[in-house]
Amino acid sequence: MSVSEMFAALQGALGQDQDIREEIRKVVQALEQTAREILTLLQGVHQGLGFQHIPKKCQKAREHFGTVRTQMESLKTKFPADQYYRFHEHWRFVLQRLVFLAAFVVYLESETLVTREAVAEILGIEADRERGFHLDIEDYLSGVLTLASELARLAVNSVTAGDYSRPLRISTFINELDSGFRLLNLKNDSLRKRYDGLKYDVKKIEEVVYDLSIRGLNKEATVGAGGEK
Amino acid sequence: MSGKEGSGGFRKRKHDNFPHGQRREEKENVNPPSALMKSFKSFQLELDTRHDKYERLVKLSRDITIESKRTIFLLHRFISAPNGEEILSESEVKLDAVRQKIKQVAQELIGEDMYQFHRAISPGLQEYVEAVSFQYFIKTRSLISVEEINKQLIFTAEDREETTNMTSNSHDKQPHTWSLKVTPVDYLLGVADLTGELMRLCISSVGNGDIDTPFELSQFLRQIYDGFTFIGNTGPYEVSKKLYTLKQSLAKVENACYTLKVRGSEIPKHMLADVFSTKTELIDQEEGLP
Repeated sequence: MSVSEMFAALQGALGQDQDIREEIRKVVQALEQTAREILTLLQGVHQGLGFQHIPKKCQKAREHFGTVRTQMESLKTKFPADQYYRFHEHWRFVLQRLVFLAAFVVYLESETLVTREAVAEILGIEADRERGFHLDIEDYLSGVLTLASELARLAVNSVTAGDYSRPLRISTFINELDSGFRLLNLKNDSLRKRYDGLKYDVKKIEEVVYDLSIRGLNKEATVGAGGEK
Repeated sequence: MSGKEGSGGFRKRKHDNFPHGQRREEKENVNPPSALMKSFKSFQLELDTRHDKYERLVKLSRDITIESKRTIFLLHRFISAPNGEEILSESEVKLDAVRQKIKQVAQELIGEDMYQFHRAISPGLQEYVEAVSFQYFIKTRSLISVEEINKQLIFTAEDREETTNMTSNSHDKQPHTWSLKVTPVDYLLGVADLTGELMRLCISSVGNGDIDTPFELSQFLRQIYDGFTFIGNTGPYEVSKKLYTLKQSLAKVENACYTLKVRGSEIPKHMLADVFSTKTELIDQEEGLP
């Protein structure tokens, strides 16, 4: 084969590669759009009135995740199944965001940490690499860390809205999450950087809890909120 | 200051009166591992396994790089040495050793997505492409293709005789082949590095009074350069970055040929090297300017 033929073949391969990337980018854009919609929807819980409508909002968000699942389906068809990590960068960000959103919904519903399998199911993908388009563990963990900062914010806003018991529950949850992350030996990568932010979220929530306790608001709150419910 | 102390005091009190129940509850959650802790334990395992594998691959890649570099140095001696065949066969031995390392890489990557660890092994593979294509050029005066390179990277279990007691059954043979594919991009980057070596080869061959090789090389380099310009910016960023260096190498070789053509007829052969070295210095200075 002559040199120019070789380069022509290589160019062909690279061109195909670019086409695939272009296709992926389109789907990812649609996914980002859906993710933004879900986020806007869930942002409502931070407003005073939003606290009463949490189940309804979660319901709506779950409907949106249906769209996510169909978009994921189409993303899967855009590239060869065994080359996930070749194009990983393209959907990494949006996937992390979707993990966060799914985790947020699950937290609001049941106040538990969503498992990796459950997120995969919500998003319509696999938890395991062997079975196709999957959720990378680092992306899952990143999404969970985003949840932590969102909950720190929620703790503050729930106090403003007069829900004094929620921060205590969030505090327990975040503390457990923190000790979970302590178990991991993270490399000096982006996940580690995000993890380093977790301690500020923990601190923030502890401050909220502290503010409530010195004013005796937490006990009153548990009684009050219990009565409301 | 006093405020701080005060808050410290309150903090203690907070520990006292606030979450007694909660704290205990949390501890109970932690000690008999909760579902969350259990899953994080498994994450720890998964991440550690992945990082370990990555580190092993980085190490292998480094070894591959070093050995390939040595092979290239060895091949540069080929021109000047009278015992060319010997050096060529020695380089073959060295490259075989490199391939053994690559085999280990391939074994590490069984059942994995190669691209997940691509960043760990990419530098080594590029260097290997450079070495192998350099050797191939010296032997055949042509460019090795990706397919050719990949063909050499299919390994079978034949040299692990200790385990063949079990594996000699014919139906067991299939899973005992490992292969690694050099990606087009790694190949391109390796070839771009090759041009640098060819430039050095050109200059040193003039030093040896070899008049034909530089012309042959400039021909060959021009073909590669045309190939790269054909690809242009279809490829990733790194490729276009190398294009600049490639251009410089080509300019050096073309200038060398020019000098040979113009001066070659006038100057006695044994002085050519001198003329030439001053010429290259000039080019180097020019390049230093921008």
